[in-house]
Amino acid sequence: MKKNSPKAWLYLLPAIIFLAAFMIYPLIDVFIYSFEEGFNFATQTSFGTGLYNYSYVLHDTYFLQAVKNTFILVIITVPISTGLALLISLGLSSIKALRKLFQTIYFLPYVTNTLAVGLVFMILFEKTEYTDGLINLVINLFGGESIDFIDGPYSAKMFVLCFYTIWVVMPFKILILTSALASVKEDYYRAAKIDGTSKFRTFYKITLPMISPMLFYLVITGFIGAFKAYSDAVALFGTDLNAAGMNTIVGYVYDMLYGDSGGYPSYASAAAIILFVIVLTVTCINLLVSRKHTYYD
Amino acid sequence: MKVTLENLTKVFPSRNKKKKADVTAVKDFTFEIPDGKLVGLLGPSGCGKSTTLYMISGLEKPTSGKIFFGDTDVTDTPPEKRGIGLVFQNYALYPHLTVEENIMFPLQNLKGKDKLSREQMAAKVADAARLVAIEELTDRKPSELSGGQQQRVAIARALVKTPQVLLLDEPLSNLDARLRLQTREEIRRIQKETGITTIFVTHDQEEAMSISDIIVVMREGVVQQTGAPQEIYDKPKNLFVAKFLGTPPINVFNGRVSGGALTFGDDVLFNVDGVSDGEYYVGIRPEGFILSESGAFRASLRAVSVMGRDITVVSSHTAMTGSEVRSIVNSEHISRVGEDTVRFDVNPKKVYIFDKNTEMTVPFETKGGAK
Amino acid sequence: MKKESDKKSAVLRVLTYVLLIVWAIIVLFPFYWMILTSFKSYGSYTSEYIPKFYVSSPTFDNYIDAFTTVPLARYFLNTVIFTIITTALMLIVSILAAYAFARLDFRGKNVLFTGFLALMMIPSELVVITNFVTITNLDLRNTFTGLILPSVTSVFYIYLLRENFSQVPDELYYAAKVDGTSDFKYLWRVMLPICRPTVITITILKVIECWNSYVWPRLITDDENYYLVSNGIQEIRENGFGRENIPAMMAAVVVISVPLIIIYLIFRNKIMEGVSRGGIKG
Repeated sequence: MKKNSPKAWLYLLPAIIFLAAFMIYPLIDVFIYSFEEGFNFATQTSFGTGLYNYSYVLHDTYFLQAVKNTFILVIITVPISTGLALLISLGLSSIKALRKLFQTIYFLPYVTNTLAVGLVFMILFEKTEYTDGLINLVINLFGGESIDFIDGPYSAKMFVLCFYTIWVVMPFKILILTSALASVKEDYYRAAKIDGTSKFRTFYKITLPMISPMLFYLVITGFIGAFKAYSDAVALFGTDLNAAGMNTIVGYVYDMLYGDSGGYPSYASAAAIILFVIVLTVTCINLLVSRKHTYYD
Repeated sequence: MKVTLENLTKVFPSRNKKKKADVTAVKDFTFEIPDGKLVGLLGPSGCGKSTTLYMISGLEKPTSGKIFFGDTDVTDTPPEKRGIGLVFQNYALYPHLTVEENIMFPLQNLKGKDKLSREQMAAKVADAARLVAIEELTDRKPSELSGGQQQRVAIARALVKTPQVLLLDEPLSNLDARLRLQTREEIRRIQKETGITTIFVTHDQEEAMSISDIIVVMREGVVQQTGAPQEIYDKPKNLFVAKFLGTPPINVFNGRVSGGALTFGDDVLFNVDGVSDGEYYVGIRPEGFILSESGAFRASLRAVSVMGRDITVVSSHTAMTGSEVRSIVNSEHISRVGEDTVRFDVNPKKVYIFDKNTEMTVPFETKGGAK
Repeated sequence: MKKESDKKSAVLRVLTYVLLIVWAIIVLFPFYWMILTSFKSYGSYTSEYIPKFYVSSPTFDNYIDAFTTVPLARYFLNTVIFTIITTALMLIVSILAAYAFARLDFRGKNVLFTGFLALMMIPSELVVITNFVTITNLDLRNTFTGLILPSVTSVFYIYLLRENFSQVPDELYYAAKVDGTSDFKYLWRVMLPICRPTVITITILKVIECWNSYVWPRLITDDENYYLVSNGIQEIRENGFGRENIPAMMAAVVVISVPLIIIYLIFRNKIMEGVSRGGIKG
């Protein structure tokens, strides 16, 4: 047993070095930063230790705006994307023809660069001098007024952000749900058919409980992912998210680090830790709820 | 309820794109199952027996042919309207529901005038649970039950709607040997008690022999023979049926008939009438050998194993088609075994002659009487 | 009775296909639009108040622009270098660590592995801040070293590999030991070939991750010569062709998107399997 010891550590050494330097040390350090009051990166000075950073962040209107944006994004996109993905997955598993083709298409957004495709969404929704953009033309077709989705009212901008976010997260959810549905044994459906179970009841009483662990898994990871939204917003509204009023919590963290507003790792740390606490709390609530309603094998 | 199958055929389109040949799972199956009988569909895996069961249940649609329940044509009737109960090979119990909820599940689907009150459902569930002797388990989840108990729950769920026909797909294959014996008696008992026409599928000939009223032997989608277990064992219609039934299996030899005498290599057994001269496959059941110092059948001895009342003598013979000849003799004769060569008399009633090309049984007569 | 239920299920079928087709269009439309727009000339694009769904006179000018007026080739090359080196380092580090966890015995193995698993739950947002400071202090901004080092480790991939390594029967190891095979040779000649599917899966996942990474390169580079495609495209958008030259921008977007889409079409099953097994994005 001990014979292998030195050799084993040798095999582990690279991983341990990398993890210690870029994960464990930073993890400790981020807490230290968050308590070094008003640490300025350029001058390498702070004015004491305490909770000032947290208080600063919590009173920063940009941060509050970012929290509001993030929460709206989470509340809208998680249920819609999960529900839609479930509907599409059910559709996919009920057909035979073209199934492979649909699956291939649906997964496409997963392998595309969020920033790059975001630009396409921008031009589809954007109103410029020479065109109102394709989406607005469609709205006009149905008798609506043109709206500037990228540079206009808050609700319009939020709509595009939610729409794009859902577009981006769907592939993963469809993939997971289709394989969850496929793993429900055919015999259960046959048994239900013999008993004359209606389609709806089969879904509600058999399919749903059987895939409930995966569904809750998707909801939990969906919440976590949506709380960390950032690059989708950048893709649509540019890097200056505060100016657009569309910043997210993660965006706020990075803005504190870098760029024109940057140089304050301690504020960034405080904001990141607040985000972490929010995510942790929501995840715990999710887990508690799911334990009650989920069937585990 | 009498079940009649008329020219039932099922063809599956080829899944392999390169090989276009369609697969005929069941071919021209015609049979009438009398009311209240227990029928075993028997055959090796892939012989079409499960497909037949699924067609009777309505889960598969036949390519051609008809199915009647009583005098009603149910070929196009959906499964839920046929009044059947089906027990799946792996039971298909809903893992998230308790035993009681599982059994109650089919009742909750009833609508309109068939709808039952809560009390009526509970009473029916209790009846079904009592019938299969699982009353004390109704609060448990399927994962907390043994294989045998799960099997009973599955049967209870199939029976709770008092079906006219009960279908069982390989009901014993997921159980260990001891439970298998017990459960098959249990199935027999339940079937007797309810009097429901029951059809089950199995690849285990012993299982089929032990509980069926009627056996249907299938091979590659074609019915080989139907009849009572003993009848099929005693009078197999062809080499396949003879080989498939019986443990240890029948011994098959390359024999010939010349001048009316059945001959293996140098051994001349006995005279057969009604068979033309030529080469044949000859099958002899293990119990057809009788140790005898003057026996005409001479084999070289390989091993003897004593199994209580009986002993198995393993020997070899130049004309055998398999790797050995197994015979079962009474243990009183044990003293006669011991030399290098064993000699047997052969009971003509346990001998079958098969045509070499068609593998069909060729009837013959001996002095002992017709066969 | 029967006819009615047939009718109902036919309607359901149609609705299902409608839903699936509508979503397929929503997914595909942006791709169609970017390809379409990338072939329109600047002049014809700006003159179409109602955009046309086809190109009357396709032009390659936008692609030429994308490579000449902005350093797209540079971004592209940077990303390739970054992706290859990061993925290679990740593979070496992960394979060695996974082998130690799966095959070797040493004191404290279980404790250490539990620690590794706990690290999987740490969100990258928490550690990015210090890493930013570390790399800046080490004067590694605008270098490949700075870009690559913090991107190498993925606890999740170590975990995935270890699971796969553990499934290789012990007998193979003992047989190799009897023949006098060294651990390293055993890993290289026996373990890796057996676990090749998993290695390929994590390689592809890491390549996708690298190709699309945005946050870290944005934080750590402000010199165009070190931009990757993600922050490169952002740069193009804000300062490149000017906000108006959308066709040229779309050409750049197509160029950036194509490599991954090709990889996806080739390794579709492997990628889907890997993603559903991993269940983690980003």
